[in-house]
Amino acid sequence: MNAPVNPKKLIKGGLHDWEVVIGMEIHAQVTSRSKLFSGASTAFGAEPNDNVSLVDAAMPGMLPVINAECVAQAVRTGLGLKAQINLRSVFDRKNYFYPDLPQGYQISQYKDPIVGAGEVLVDLPDGEAITVGIERLHLEQDAGKSLHDQAPNLSFVDLNRSGVALMEIVSRPDLRSSEEAKAYVTKLRTILRYLGTCDGDMEKGSLRADVNVSVRRPGDPLGTRCEIKNVNSIRFIGQAIETEARRQIAIIEDGGSISQETRLFDPGKGETRSMRSKEEAHDYRYFPDPDLLPLEFDQAYVDGLAAGLPELPDAKKARFVADFGLSAYDAGVLVAERSSADYYEAVARGRDGKAAANWVINELFGRLNKEGLNIEASPVSAGQLGSIIDLIGAGTISGKIAKDLFEIVWSEGGDPHAVVEARGMKQVTDTGAIETAVDQIIAQNPDKVAQAKEKPTLLGWFVGQTMKATGGKANPAAVNALLKAKLGIE
Amino acid sequence: MSELNELTLAEARDGLRARTFSARELTQAHIAAVEKARALNAFILETPERALAQAEVSDAKIAAGEGRPLEGLPLGIKDLFCTHGVTTTAASKILGGFEPHYESAVTANLWRDGAVMLGKLNLDEFAMGSSNETSAFGDVVSPWRRQVDGVVSEARIVPGGSSGGSAAAVAARLCLGATATDTGGSIRQPAAFTGTVGIKPTYGRCSRWGTVAFASSLDQAGPIARTVRDCAILLGSMAGPDARDTTCADLPVPDFEAAISRGVKGLTIGIPKEYRVEGMPAEIQRLWDQGADWLRAAGATIREISLPNTRHALPAYYIVAPAEASSNLARYDGVRYGLRVPAGDIVGLYEKTRAAGFGREVRRRIMIGTYVLSAGYYDAYYVRAQKIRTLIKRDFEAAYADGVDAILTPATPSSAFGIGEMASADPVEMYLNDVFTVTVNMAGLPGIAVPAGLDGQGLPLGLQLIGRPFDEETLFAAAQTIEDAAGRMTLPKPWWA
Amino acid sequence: MSVDAQTVRRIAHLARIAVSEEEVGPLQGELNAILAFVEQLGAVDVEGVEPMTSVTPMAMKKREDAVTDGGRAREIVANAPETEDHYFLVPKVIE
Ligand SMILES: [Mg+2]
Ligand SMILES: [Zn+2]
Repeated sequence: MNAPVNPKKLIKGGLHDWEVVIGMEIHAQVTSRSKLFSGASTAFGAEPNDNVSLVDAAMPGMLPVINAECVAQAVRTGLGLKAQINLRSVFDRKNYFYPDLPQGYQISQYKDPIVGAGEVLVDLPDGEAITVGIERLHLEQDAGKSLHDQAPNLSFVDLNRSGVALMEIVSRPDLRSSEEAKAYVTKLRTILRYLGTCDGDMEKGSLRADVNVSVRRPGDPLGTRCEIKNVNSIRFIGQAIETEARRQIAIIEDGGSISQETRLFDPGKGETRSMRSKEEAHDYRYFPDPDLLPLEFDQAYVDGLAAGLPELPDAKKARFVADFGLSAYDAGVLVAERSSADYYEAVARGRDGKAAANWVINELFGRLNKEGLNIEASPVSAGQLGSIIDLIGAGTISGKIAKDLFEIVWSEGGDPHAVVEARGMKQVTDTGAIETAVDQIIAQNPDKVAQAKEKPTLLGWFVGQTMKATGGKANPAAVNALLKAKLGIE
Repeated sequence: MSELNELTLAEARDGLRARTFSARELTQAHIAAVEKARALNAFILETPERALAQAEVSDAKIAAGEGRPLEGLPLGIKDLFCTHGVTTTAASKILGGFEPHYESAVTANLWRDGAVMLGKLNLDEFAMGSSNETSAFGDVVSPWRRQVDGVVSEARIVPGGSSGGSAAAVAARLCLGATATDTGGSIRQPAAFTGTVGIKPTYGRCSRWGTVAFASSLDQAGPIARTVRDCAILLGSMAGPDARDTTCADLPVPDFEAAISRGVKGLTIGIPKEYRVEGMPAEIQRLWDQGADWLRAAGATIREISLPNTRHALPAYYIVAPAEASSNLARYDGVRYGLRVPAGDIVGLYEKTRAAGFGREVRRRIMIGTYVLSAGYYDAYYVRAQKIRTLIKRDFEAAYADGVDAILTPATPSSAFGIGEMASADPVEMYLNDVFTVTVNMAGLPGIAVPAGLDGQGLPLGLQLIGRPFDEETLFAAAQTIEDAAGRMTLPKPWWA
Repeated sequence: MSVDAQTVRRIAHLARIAVSEEEVGPLQGELNAILAFVEQLGAVDVEGVEPMTSVTPMAMKKREDAVTDGGRAREIVANAPETEDHYFLVPKVIE
């Protein structure tokens, strides 16, 4: 936390440079079929109050029973964050009244969370890496949803989300810029997706961030923070931090002071504003939920879950660098999604890893981006791309032809070997055939031949003509060698 | 044939099996008794059609030789148990005309075993009270009357609470038995006040699923009936594991009825000296000594024991129970069911609905509970009370580890009082009714109240036996010994009919 | 510890129970009587004592992750004082 201040990250105020200090509480929806304490479905987009059990509607006498899979998911996530797993944790009631909170309390974990301190390694775009401390992760229920635009004086309450399991992941105030904050959320989302514990779909609300922002003069103690609630996209997280930091700096430089409060980011207006309605009477009267016993499990249970974890992005990246000779940057791009990394690995296995990375990152990702497709929907399979690379490696096709081949496979499919065969795309390495073509061109262009002796750059023109004459299939090295010899260029 | 509703549950069961009478006849006798007893106000809702329909089914089952354990036996259901399609009120206005689309685990077990429902019984609002004077549906009147100088007084007496409707209905022979719940004494105290038998089983013996919650860590369902055997039969059906209640024990249900004939020979019964409270009426002390003598005569060893934290139980209870209640009752907010008092904004709607919907005692307890959980007070009150609970439980564990099999105490510090007599008392005086019973809830133990005699005014007094966790069998055996020695309680003649 | 009238009002608001001015005084008296009664617990030595979390020691039961409930919106809103299209209706809530 007391790392030396990086001057590049400071914000210039009217009077001074300011350091922004950011901590985050991420609410990540646990991937599970049913809710944390009831058997109702977690599926998105159901009819109003259809994914609601008697428990979720807080009918009299209804009791919560915990979903074992949600517990396992929280432990897996804790392991993925290299965090302390607490073998005993306690569910508490957080009491407050709100129409989307049917019980009048949220079941959460307050004093004794299931996961304690951990960390996340975050790579920044400029190549720097920072370690962000995780304070804790706890399980809790989501609230329902209120619609305010259905009638002038009424809100419509739908409890479909009520009781869905959330993991609240609380970071330490270790972030120092909006860039770092965005990179942190991106990385956390990558880890959750690798683990399969949260789909990370921010549009559907599966991942929401509460962002705590404060500013200070470098070297000063922490300033008063404001909490920006429920920011639901990575871009907005960046904007909200910038906006809020500048608001606070302006106030302080004006001689004012920051009052601790909850704020809301309005992306349309590009401003944060105070949420006074939520401010009132913050006395949650936490106490252990008497309907639930403490959550206890043994180390063997944790070890079993640890054994079943997939390889995580940091480990995978290190392995790609070591085993495939990739740059840290390329490896980072490839591991950002587990599906891309898997695709890459299928292509690279038994082949030149760097060539494979080039093809995946430059050709495939470029083309997917252009079409707005994700890797799962790629028309070119890893096997097909591997074959294309094999054909280049074997000298069967040239790099240039390979791009044409990729295009054909992309739009028409097929086994690349068969396509090359069927369309006569094979590279010509038979020097006899190339020589015939070269002789013909030399014979037809005596003036160019004469000039070439003084101007060796004309070689390129001869190469082009030869390739044209051979339909692009001549081996470029062979063409070069032959032309040099016949034109007498050194 | 004597009136069918005068039979015990076991006698009625045997009569049905022997085809001496039909379930329909038995049910009709009870429906008639209920109708004639409206002066007692024991029922919030009578369900005679449903009772008769169930009796028809029972008669068919019996005819087919498929009679179940409680086949055709008419019962009353405390209106704290949610019953599918039958209005459930918790004796509160706030539930409005709430009609559950589900059946509580305990009542579902009773219907599974063939029992018949006569209706929903009155209680203190949300089970908060010791006299059944806090119900939104009016006071329940005990079938008992005082004798003053040999003359029967017409002054109305409380049946105790919160299961006052259950106790009154059973004592008045309006039903063969009744469901009840006990958070601080709400089964045992009314049973003692009405000369009936009531058992609060070990916490976790009966599922709490579908029973309106008062204080989750203390609430337990149990039966009230006219004999120890009848209680044993009913508890055998009510109890059992339930995956829907995390705090419900995954233990098989023992044959409680078989346990009543075990006797007490060789058992060690503890007499806790701390229950000899200052100002305890001499009659209570005499009865307590009498109970010990009966058990000794039946072969038990009587030993004085110490439960030093007993005196902290009641104040600690009045922190823990209201705290849990304040949270459990937050769901009554006028949004999803029950009463709603309209208001322009949501906070106004909550505040008006809850002010109008909850009675005075419930509001008071919610306020106390809210206060003791609020910022700055939580550790001093709630956490401390839960620590004291640990101490209370340790006291019992030490006694049991020392070879005590069960503990004998008075059930209540006095006999029943008159309706309205405590109206001017401060809440704490009323709470003292539960001084002998709350420790049992605080420690999660089983406790049974069994009638043992009458006081000078001709009102019943009861003794309480406290057992080891999940050892209700020993309680049934010891209670049967007392019932045998004391003789079955003679219940009042129906002056109300 | 004893509560004053202002605290009674604050607690009533936290509990979302409307309290009229006439009720404040009597409530204050009742609450203080109860608080005075529980005051004696302050003298109990609880050093090193764990607060009770479960009265019967057992492992918490867990559910399999399966959808076993839902699809009953009509029942869920059946008892609601005000409802439309299977939504619960409340006075407009301003965020
Ligand atoms: Mg939270
Ligand atoms: Zn229904």
